[in-house]
Amino acid sequence: MKRVQFSSPLLPYLFLAPQLAVIVIFFYWPSVRAIQSSFYLEDPFGFGSTFVGFDNYLGVLLSPEYLSIARFTAIFTATVTFFSLALGLLLAVKADAVIRGNAAYKTLLISVYAIAPPVAGLIGMMFFDQHIGPFVKIAAFLGWDMKVGLSYFDTAFAMIFVAVWKQIPYNFIFFLSGLQALPASVREAAAIDCRSGIKRFWTVIFPLLAPTAFFLLIINVTYALFDTFGVIDVMVKDKAANNPITLVYKVYMDGFRGNDIGGSSAQSVILMIVVFVLTVLQFRFIERRIHYT
Amino acid sequence: MATIEIDKVSKIYHGNVPAVSEVDIRIADGEFIVLVGPSGCGKSTLLRMVAGLETISSGTVRIGDRIVNDVEPADRDIAMVFQNYALYPHMTVRENLAYGLKNRRTPKPEIEARVAEAARMLELGPYLDRKPRALSGGQRQRVAMGRAIVRQPSAFLFDEPLSNLDAKLRVSMRGEIKRLQRRVGTTSLYVTHDQLEAMTLADRLVVLNGGRIEQIGRPLDVYHAPASTFVASFIGSPAMNLVQGELHGSKLAIGPALIDLGKAVPTQGAVTVGFRAEDLQAAAPGGTAAEGGSMPLRVDYVEELGSQRLVHGMVGDQAVTVALSSDATLRGEMPVTIPIGRLHFFDAESGRRLPWSSAEPHRTATAPDLLETAR
Repeated sequence: MKRVQFSSPLLPYLFLAPQLAVIVIFFYWPSVRAIQSSFYLEDPFGFGSTFVGFDNYLGVLLSPEYLSIARFTAIFTATVTFFSLALGLLLAVKADAVIRGNAAYKTLLISVYAIAPPVAGLIGMMFFDQHIGPFVKIAAFLGWDMKVGLSYFDTAFAMIFVAVWKQIPYNFIFFLSGLQALPASVREAAAIDCRSGIKRFWTVIFPLLAPTAFFLLIINVTYALFDTFGVIDVMVKDKAANNPITLVYKVYMDGFRGNDIGGSSAQSVILMIVVFVLTVLQFRFIERRIHYT
Repeated sequence: MATIEIDKVSKIYHGNVPAVSEVDIRIADGEFIVLVGPSGCGKSTLLRMVAGLETISSGTVRIGDRIVNDVEPADRDIAMVFQNYALYPHMTVRENLAYGLKNRRTPKPEIEARVAEAARMLELGPYLDRKPRALSGGQRQRVAMGRAIVRQPSAFLFDEPLSNLDAKLRVSMRGEIKRLQRRVGTTSLYVTHDQLEAMTLADRLVVLNGGRIEQIGRPLDVYHAPASTFVASFIGSPAMNLVQGELHGSKLAIGPALIDLGKAVPTQGAVTVGFRAEDLQAAAPGGTAAEGGSMPLRVDYVEELGSQRLVHGMVGDQAVTVALSSDATLRGEMPVTIPIGRLHFFDAESGRRLPWSSAEPHRTATAPDLLETAR
């Protein structure tokens, strides 16, 4: 890293100020506010608030409904992360085998990512539309009477499906560029040392791809926890009550639909802690086993 | 151990001009063959076809008694050493060495024994538990060699293994490769663009140009009797002097000089004449050339090499380099002599060598004559 000398010691902080302002206003300040209001019982109509200590947290953690949503969120996050990573990797490996040196083909595959996420989400929703959705028809053909929005399991399935589908191009791009950055001679040496392509993949190529995979793991976990909000909203909004939702959606429901600002804040603080712990655990136990070249 | 037979092998990329065309090489068991040529001559492509990393457009490659055209690289029983080492960066040296054996289901004690033996041979013992990035270039190169040796394959393939090393290390690794190959006696095919590496390592060398073989032969035979002007200018340093000459009966005219060859040459008229810088001598001061021909050399500049000095100058309007001993007296214009027997003649148009008995080299009997000559 190059060291730069500034004439005044204050100058670098001046340069950093805009970025720091953005972080403070949009990240730290709301976080502090959330922590603060999680200890208060807010009047739904804004007529003052009462300090209640940890009551909000206890109310949330002792609610069986909250725990069942937490359980679904865990399953949802694990499933979405696993399938979007696995399918992204599979597609990248297959594409890499075909497109060595073919720039046009590569651009075409990656251009999928340029579709705006809400549009992609909407297209995904159409797949499962009760009347025109092709997947519902395929499911019916296989004897599965799919009722997205009515049946808990069917809605969960559609939700996971769309969330995975939306995330695959992102993972695909990273895995593909990771694969293309691997030195050709190492692959060739492996081709001479090991006959089985699958074994070669898991013993040489995947370990070299691990830094990319680890980065994507963190990004995908965060995606599944937070960024799937839109998908869930489109899917369960204005539908019958017994539908799967994740913790983030519950925060929104309680805070903005139920007007329980205190409980909602407590939930978001819990969520913050969960993500923090999860990220620390990932770095602690997975990152150590990664070889950076 | 095995022979390698390369039979009329060609490589054509997408209908372009062939990168390798109709190459025939027969490699005897245990022989060390060096493919040498300028970049783009097809030497690496040919090696990669033998390794199975490149498909063969036409012709056959045989390793041992098996045609391997459609055999996977892993099943060809070869080991390859790459220019940039191609070590697995996430494995320790020990794992790098053992990887190929493990995949071939070699029993564990056997793997350990072979890795230990290779580590001893290459002095890699202290580094076995390190990752490649903690090694120097020379050490990485030795690991790459070790990875080939532990496999005990039918053949070693080397793809410019020394070109990433600095000059000093290159010389010592060159010796090491030669010694190791002698010791394990494995048939080897070695690619390089460095003619010195080719000369020093090869039992026989194959000079390639534009995807075709220019000459196959033992290093000294190629040096003393280059088959074409291309080989003459490529093998040997400094490069052989090639000048335009004119043959009339038994007389050879090079610019202003007229040399009496003593006997008639089958060809007449324009020829390309070749002679090596080290075969030329400064004519004794005062005296005329007693034996051989004499040419007047206008000296341009001198390169001091310590053991000798290279004198660059002109004979008529053609550039000529002369290697003289470092105590030779220099003058602005000096006559140099050439022993008639050290002249080479090449066809002025095709550049092919013209037969001329007195230019044939004395057969050197240094290398044991166990290698049948190909072609």
